[in-house]
Amino acid sequence: MLHAILILLGCQLLGEVLARGLGLPVPGPVIGMALLFAALQLRARLTPEAAEIGTLPLGAVAAFLLANLSLLFVPAGTGIIRQTAVLTAHGPGLVIALVGSTALTLIVTALVFVAVARRTDRKP
Amino acid sequence: MTDPARLWVFLAASPLFWLTATLAAYAVADWLSQRADRNPLVNPVLIAVLLLAALLTLTRTPYETYFEGAQFVHFLLGPATVALAVPLHRNWATVRKALAPIFAALLAGAATAVVSAVGIAWAFGAPFDVLASLAPKSVTAAIAMGISQEIGGNPALTATLVISTGVLGAIMVTPLMNAMGLTDYRARGFAVGVASHGIGTARAFQVDPVAGTFAGIALGLNGLLTALIAPVIIGWIR
Repeated sequence: MLHAILILLGCQLLGEVLARGLGLPVPGPVIGMALLFAALQLRARLTPEAAEIGTLPLGAVAAFLLANLSLLFVPAGTGIIRQTAVLTAHGPGLVIALVGSTALTLIVTALVFVAVARRTDRKP
Repeated sequence: MTDPARLWVFLAASPLFWLTATLAAYAVADWLSQRADRNPLVNPVLIAVLLLAALLTLTRTPYETYFEGAQFVHFLLGPATVALAVPLHRNWATVRKALAPIFAALLAGAATAVVSAVGIAWAFGAPFDVLASLAPKSVTAAIAMGISQEIGGNPALTATLVISTGVLGAIMVTPLMNAMGLTDYRARGFAVGVASHGIGTARAFQVDPVAGTFAGIALGLNGLLTALIAPVIIGWIR
């Protein structure tokens, strides 16, 4: 448990150091994710007989965090109470922009994915 | 016994109270979502935010006081993003075969998200700072706020637009994809990750682990790509 939390925070910290140190446009936690992914891949290649990640504390902590991912957005979401002035001033335009753009993005992304997958899935 | 008014003055200013309130509001919201059979309309983030916003307004508590308690939950967004590496690793065999559709859909989706949002709001006469705040609305809060700051937006407004987009996508994705007859969970997950970052990813994990994994990849990649393209697109209207 302790080690699992240390691994997650350590990867994030390392990611943050790399992002800021090298002035990358990528946020620290995303680099941290890439680092942890690389480490997990390396571990699986070097010690194929090692226990599957899902059975380890790291797998359990990750599953717990991701199962409650929605909760983590609640504090930022509650910030809406500070934005009432802007939302009243530009309400209709913003609502239509958010609804329209989100629907359009969902449709375009899914259709492009399926169209390209149809060509590439058949290849051996 | 202490005067209840004085007890409230103590509680209302304490991080413990607002942290507990955040977890309690979410527990209620998640219970309702479960009772509704995870119907997308009963979105746990939306319900929890409405409950807390009502409580803060009624008690006239400033957001800053609230956030002193809630920051402990907010902080976990970082480690949770790192934790996405675990499902990515476990499903790597599936992901590796889909790299071409992933990158094609990422490019199309990221561009659509920024151009359509800015275009529609511009047509409605929104001022430049609102457009700049809106441009990164499909990427996860921390990244979006950084982009917004950089291109002349208001990061606090961006945070609100980001969460709203997340909730909207999480609500829309299932009925929309069903109406389109789209059954590929890789595509469904990836789409909601591009359009609606972590809240969409949370929804995808609720529905299917493969959808969740693809949403997680989309969230990471779109954060990166939007940071690169949003300044260019917003430059066209400056």
